[in-house]
Amino acid sequence: MSGHSKDLSRPAPTMAAGAVDTVHGHQGLRLEEPLLFEIDNPGAVGVDLPDPGATENRLGGLERHAPIGLPSASEPEIVRHYTRLSQKNYAIDMGTYPLGSCTMKHNPRLNEKMVRLPGFANLHPMQPDATTQGALELIDNLAHWLKELTGMPAVAMSPAAGAHGELCGVMAIRAALDDREGGPTSRRRILVPDSAHGTNPATAAACGFTVDAIPSDARGRVDVKAFADKLDDDVAGIMITNPNTCGLFENDMIEIAGLIHDAGGYFYCDGANFNAIVSRVRPGDLGIDCMHINLHKTFSTPHGGGGPGAGPVVLSDALAPFAPTPWVVHGGDGFSLVEHGADAGDAKPFGRLKGFHGQMGMFVRAYAYMLSHGRDGLRQVANDAVLNANYVMAQLSDVMTAAFDGPCMHECLFDDRFLKDSGVTTLDFAKAMIDEGYHPMTMYFPLVVHGAMLIEPTETESRRELDNFIAVVRSLVARVQSGDSDAFAAAPRLTPRRRLDETAAARSPVLRWTPEIPTAEAAE
Amino acid sequence: MANRKYSQDHEWVEVEGETGMIGISDYAQEQLGDVVFVELPDVGKMLDRGDEAAVVESVKAAAEVYAPVGGEVIEVNDALNGDPSLVNTDAFGDGWFAKLRLTDPADLDELMDEAAYKTYCEGLD
Repeated sequence: MSGHSKDLSRPAPTMAAGAVDTVHGHQGLRLEEPLLFEIDNPGAVGVDLPDPGATENRLGGLERHAPIGLPSASEPEIVRHYTRLSQKNYAIDMGTYPLGSCTMKHNPRLNEKMVRLPGFANLHPMQPDATTQGALELIDNLAHWLKELTGMPAVAMSPAAGAHGELCGVMAIRAALDDREGGPTSRRRILVPDSAHGTNPATAAACGFTVDAIPSDARGRVDVKAFADKLDDDVAGIMITNPNTCGLFENDMIEIAGLIHDAGGYFYCDGANFNAIVSRVRPGDLGIDCMHINLHKTFSTPHGGGGPGAGPVVLSDALAPFAPTPWVVHGGDGFSLVEHGADAGDAKPFGRLKGFHGQMGMFVRAYAYMLSHGRDGLRQVANDAVLNANYVMAQLSDVMTAAFDGPCMHECLFDDRFLKDSGVTTLDFAKAMIDEGYHPMTMYFPLVVHGAMLIEPTETESRRELDNFIAVVRSLVARVQSGDSDAFAAAPRLTPRRRLDETAAARSPVLRWTPEIPTAEAAE
Repeated sequence: MANRKYSQDHEWVEVEGETGMIGISDYAQEQLGDVVFVELPDVGKMLDRGDEAAVVESVKAAAEVYAPVGGEVIEVNDALNGDPSLVNTDAFGDGWFAKLRLTDPADLDELMDEAAYKTYCEGLD
């Protein structure tokens, strides 16, 4: 296929209900956008370089003979392509983003201003330490405050996201067990509650352990009796999220910590929901051995396509010696990095998780957020996050069905009993929210609740925004009650594409663009 | 089916001679939603009762399928590789998972009959 003009013989995409059937599929100034490969404009380039003329290459026959097969476009074509795509995206900067368990809070612009300071923005990770003292001091200060806020003695700063932090924590647990047993540990199982994020069992399995699920009790919390019954000398550790994915505080953490330690195992705490308790609870006081902290959640750095994330892991005295390199030390000559196990003194780092020092840009943003809020401000963050979630729950509980009794933490969880016999499913309800201008809540998670709808408003939504959101949800419930299930089955009607066939997409996924006319090279 | 028996995890087994055909129940497929992928065990694999026999993935979730009885896998339903929707359309028939040569017929005594399973499922809603 050549050229970038639209093929007029191509059928226009399915129209939204009530939309005008236009020639090219554009709707007003909302444009249909082809794939980059489809706008290929051979010969167009963003940068004109002079012809090199007659040259002799020294590649010894390794030079490419066939075209590289990448699309060409001019700078304005590329700018328009990506700008149009960005307009199809939904982002926290556009409106409420109530995805439970994701903490989609506002990313303060002050953070962005700080990270663009030339002294941070223009650093190269391979500069000599003597020229990066400010950056190293920032990492050290951030590490200090993460330890202070969690009540833990050590922190590994380099993990690049939550699941990477989990990997770091479980690798530290395995290293500690190997060290204690003087060889590969004989302990094979890691206990994970059935309400856990999917990354928890995935991490345990990736580290070679067998996952043993602990049931939740009727309160939506870890069943301590069932947990205790599973303990023996085969258990390497337990992974618990607190507050958990039902939006509830795990009340029995101290008892669980005592039991797992008595059994010779370690306690991993998933800190994904730390936003609810920051500056109010120090997880270290509950007896945990390690916890990752999603800087991109609690400390407001961008995520959900705007990342990358950052997932530092705080460690107990028992696990600290096994922390991965590098880490910052402060001596007479200022700040420097311990890069290799050989320079680690008595410590026994299990290795290295990431090139360089971690997500420096996220460190700057998170530190700016901490300093601009202060200890009292962070406490207010947790207070308001919990207050907002409870406000939403209180305003919706008379028409929807809360999964568990009592107040919640930072997110409120509903099940689908209020949809029973209506012909409307959780999926339909979520799709209908899109037509009303709201990103849906998390649905069908946690798995322990039937047809789950998990709403995390975060502290940065105003009372007015929350009231608007609540009004929309209530009006949709009223539509369910009026028996208009057809309207839900058809939703979303106003999106560029209507209801996607998720089953077909999963059964026969189209994973890559393929050229319409195979070239001679491709056939070779 | 008088000789179909059920586990608490919603697997079924239908015994003929020393062979047991296994699958997941209609209730289970209903809960899972549209099934998009089934990972079947290898023929020849020995399974104890309660071992993971298969993995079933739907638009909503992935779930392990446990062997309701112990035995050696002698045949699997290859049709599920091409058309996993058979689990949704005919859970007790064309949507079967595997056939096992039973190790111990006493395993069957641990399972529920049709009536008991029906009562069990009603208690779950």
